[in-house]
Order: sequence, then C-alpha cells, then structure tokens
Amino acid sequence: MNKIRALKAAFPYTIPVFTGFTFLGIAYGILMSSKGYGVIWTLLMSLFVFAGSSQYVAITFLTSAFNPLNAFLMSLVINARHIFYGISLLDKYKDMGKIKPYLIFGLCDETFSIICSSEPPEGVSKKWFAFFITLLDHMYWVLGSVLGSLIGYMIPSSIEGLDFVLTALFVIIFVGHWKSKGNRKPAAIGVISSVISLLIFGPDNFIIPSMIAIIAVLTLGRKKLDPERIVEI
Amino acid sequence: MILTPIQTLTIVIVVALSSVITRFLPFIIFKTSNKSNSFITYLGKVLPYAAIGMLVVYCLKNVNITVPSYGIPEAIAILCIVVLHYWKENTLLSIGVGTAIYMILL
Repeated sequence: MNKIRALKAAFPYTIPVFTGFTFLGIAYGILMSSKGYGVIWTLLMSLFVFAGSSQYVAITFLTSAFNPLNAFLMSLVINARHIFYGISLLDKYKDMGKIKPYLIFGLCDETFSIICSSEPPEGVSKKWFAFFITLLDHMYWVLGSVLGSLIGYMIPSSIEGLDFVLTALFVIIFVGHWKSKGNRKPAAIGVISSVISLLIFGPDNFIIPSMIAIIAVLTLGRKKLDPERIVEI
Repeated sequence: MILTPIQTLTIVIVVALSSVITRFLPFIIFKTSNKSNSFITYLGKVLPYAAIGMLVVYCLKNVNITVPSYGIPEAIAILCIVVLHYWKENTLLSIGVGTAIYMILL
C-alpha cells in the first residue's frame, strides 16, 4: 500500500522523461539494429549501462576495430558528470537502506533533476518515491530502446545519415551548456583540445590524447575555472 | 555486426563498468572525508562541459573539408540545429529536424 502510494506520487514527475526517453530510446534501438546489433544487445546495453550518451558513443566502438580501452576511457569521461550528481545527493540518499545501490546505479541526468527538484507529498515514503522515479525512468529507456530495436528490423538496413542523431544530440547539449556563461570555458577547452589532437593524431587515434589534454588544461587552470573558488573571490 | 559476440560483450561490460564506477565513486570516497574543495568534485563539475565539446568533435572526426561534399551537409544541419535550439529549446524537435535535414542533404 505504501509502495503503491509512492508509485502514484512518482509517476506524474516522470511523464516528461517518458516522452524524451521513448524518443531517444527508439532512435538508439533503430541505430543499433541498423548496425546489425539486435534486440538482445540493445536490451543488455540499456539495462546495464543506462546512460544515453555513452551508449550512443559505444555504437561507434561496436562498428570499428575492437578497442575496449578506448571505449572504457571514453565512456568514463562522458559519464564524469555522474560524480557531480552523486556528490549532490550524498545527504539525500544517506538512509535509503537496501534499495540504495539501485538508486545510485539508476542515477541518470533526468532522474537526478527530478530527485533534486521534488519532494514526496506528505505521507509518502521518501525512499520509495525516489525508487519509483528511478525505476520508471530506467524502464522508459529500456522499453523505448527495445521498441526501437524491433522497429529497426522492419525498416531497410543502414538508413544513410541516421547516425547524425548522435551529432545532433551532442550539439544540442553543447548549446544548452553554452547558454550559461560559466560553462563556456570548460566547453571551449573541450572543443579546442580535441580539434588540436585531431589535427595532430588523426581521426583514429585522437581520443586519448585529447582526454589527456583536457584533463591537463582543466587541472592547470583550476584556479580560474573552479566555480567554488570563483565564488570566494 | 563487425565485432564477434565476445568482443561485443566486452564492450558492453567496459561501458557498463564505466557507468557504474562514475555513479558509485562519490558514495564510496566521500563517506567520511570532507567533500568540498576536492579535485574529484572539481572534475565532476567541469569535465562534463569539456566532454560534450569533445564529443561534438568526435562525431565530426571523419568530416573532410577538402573533398566533396566538403562537410557542407554537416555544417548546414548543425547551423539549423543551433538556431532551432536557441529559438524553441525543444530537444526532440531539434534532433528530429536536424537529422532529417542532414539525411535530405546527403
């Protein structure tokens, strides 16, 4: 009864995520199918990775020469934002008991923003409210991508240009970051370091050098870039 | 499928591992210690912005501006996405329209 009440309270908050995840999930499933990776692979990815950007980027590692180290480092950098989410929720997730590992595992961008911005209505358990937000978002992503994978079987293989979904997605996130002034410097550092590495090392070998360059510049420039330190000044 | 099933599974596992590591890391290292002013906290804040910049470049890594089509379809599609996104701020609309424009231009 307690859980059903929490589910009912959580559901309305997740409706916007439902639309977004279904759309991006379907696009992901179609893209996986078009590269020859069927529903099982899509399901495994969405269930156990549950991170849109790195799953999309992983497609490029599934369609080029086998390089698990690059795939690992690349997704580590893409997923670095999760560290910030975790830090922000240290207190809120302190007393979550048995379900805590799942809450941490399911901490994607959307779930994070709902958990941060909402409180359960009176009489609803905090724990189960957070649990159902996490679970519903996770399921939307899994179901969307599986649906996309099945749609992918029905449409002609390799639709030319569909890969551009990935570029479009990152351009949009980049624009969103750029709108807020404080984020521009690290965003520019990311672009400039990568372009320079690309010019030097070429398209097949530039990822590791550009990650090293980015971390080096961010480390050396910390005094100027750290939001907390800027506030102190 | 280019990779063998074992290679594919390896990629799935390392990507899943990276996702799990970044999500659990703060809960493991900040159990007791002072969380403010740490280098990891700082990276968690600024790295995401740099990473997305890197990913935009990564997506365009095979565009060659010296041979036809000179990267023109990419440039036009990205320009449309940027304008549309500044104007409407609708993620699904921007991705849908941008990708459609690109597929038409190709």
